[in-house]
Amino acid sequence: MVAFLNDEPAPVMTFPAGERCLSVRDFSLAYGDKPALKALTLEVPRHRVTAFIGPSGCGKSTLLRSFNRLHDLNESAVHQGRIELEGRDIFARDLNVSELRRRVGMVFQSPNPFPMSIYENVAFGLRLERRLPKRKRDDIIEWALRSAALWDEVKDRLHRSAWQLSGGQQQRLVIARTLAVKPDVLLLDEPASALDPISTLKIEELIRNLKNELTLVLVTHNMQQAARVSDYTAFLQQGELVEYGPTDQVFTNPKRQRTENYITGRVI
Amino acid sequence: MDITSDTHSQHISRQFNQELEELKTHLMAMGGLVEKQVQNAVHALLENDSRLAEQVRDNDRQVNDLQLQIDEECTRVLARRQPAASDLRLVLAVIRATSDLERIGDEASKIARNALSLSDSSGTVRGLVEVRHISEHVRKMLRDALTAFARFDTELAMQVVREDESVDDEYGSAMRSLMTFMMEDSRSITSVLSIMWILRALERVGDHANNLAEYVVYLVKGLDIRHSAPERISEQVQKKP
Repeated sequence: MVAFLNDEPAPVMTFPAGERCLSVRDFSLAYGDKPALKALTLEVPRHRVTAFIGPSGCGKSTLLRSFNRLHDLNESAVHQGRIELEGRDIFARDLNVSELRRRVGMVFQSPNPFPMSIYENVAFGLRLERRLPKRKRDDIIEWALRSAALWDEVKDRLHRSAWQLSGGQQQRLVIARTLAVKPDVLLLDEPASALDPISTLKIEELIRNLKNELTLVLVTHNMQQAARVSDYTAFLQQGELVEYGPTDQVFTNPKRQRTENYITGRVI
Repeated sequence: MDITSDTHSQHISRQFNQELEELKTHLMAMGGLVEKQVQNAVHALLENDSRLAEQVRDNDRQVNDLQLQIDEECTRVLARRQPAASDLRLVLAVIRATSDLERIGDEASKIARNALSLSDSSGTVRGLVEVRHISEHVRKMLRDALTAFARFDTELAMQVVREDESVDDEYGSAMRSLMTFMMEDSRSITSVLSIMWILRALERVGDHANNLAEYVVYLVKGLDIRHSAPERISEQVQKKP
């Protein structure tokens, strides 16, 4: 028990400046007096899938939500340290938070389509952002639905309610809605945990394909899913970064005892 | 990060602990049987015991059956548990090890077959001293490789890897002296050829023991030293935390 608590500090994974999309420096966050993240430092590479794994309450979702400042809505959340998106401090005073959230899109565990048609769901963000000629908007909507691997399934019923779609389709619709505003980063918080195995595989396939277009960060409890889709895996425990490395290495030969115990299902 | 021999018994799922323990136990049982096969095959030759040689050939089926059984158990663990990290390395090491053990079983069978053909021939058989010597050497390698596997002992495994080179040297020099016998006395060619096959089989047993030792290093340290130059291996193993 004691041995693993004392084992050496987590190796720091760094990427050349040109490949860094997000970088977190000594970032801590507490809800009131309860610390959730403790001086984390890590970098997320561009156009790769990075997975955060760890037990419930380890801070992985908190970290994910910090990337688009969702904690701004929670008054008890206090943070310290720095997070940069493409070299720019996301907490800078002159930063436009709506623009940040356009650039850093988020998909949650339960699909949350708006109570409107499939078409209007995808058009929603676009309409908020700017006025576009209908043809141009239609093109973007088709592109977003195609990118989310949903177009063929919905092209004949674009104006029907989004709630008629299955859970898996709804989740892909939500991804299409996020993609329509052309984000740089897509954050996925347990995107497939409410879905059946086939829908899950479709989402995973989508994640792999999307990395050509943008940077993806995935939080998952499903370790096989992290192993299947991610390029890099970070293991967090009690608000600390325990290990961060290439997924292949983390799942075949982790460097730290705590990671080994977690991914192999041992008592920790 | 190194693991120890009780690493695989600490899962939250006791059933999983048990499955991995069984894999190790069955592999050790197969190792024990194969070790006995080599010992008996050599004994049958040196003591001219045809009954024992026949028994070795019959027992090869048991070795094959064990390989099938353990492979099936490994497949089941992979399919049902999707093991990761040291668990995954254990299953892979066991799959690889069964294949080498089965080949050692085949070599024992070859030795027994040649022992039978020699027992039919008249006249003195040359080269038995070399057989005795090399067989003792490779049997020790095999025993040590299996012990290293059971104890997750990479130091012992590395010793086996180093031993393999000297077995290769001994094999080379034994072959040269057997060639001389054949040149000196053409009537001995048939029996000397049998001895050469036996020595070849023993040398292969050494190679397989060496492979087993390499799997131990992979299992414990996550380091694949197959195909590495011998002088680099120790350096790699020491460097790896």
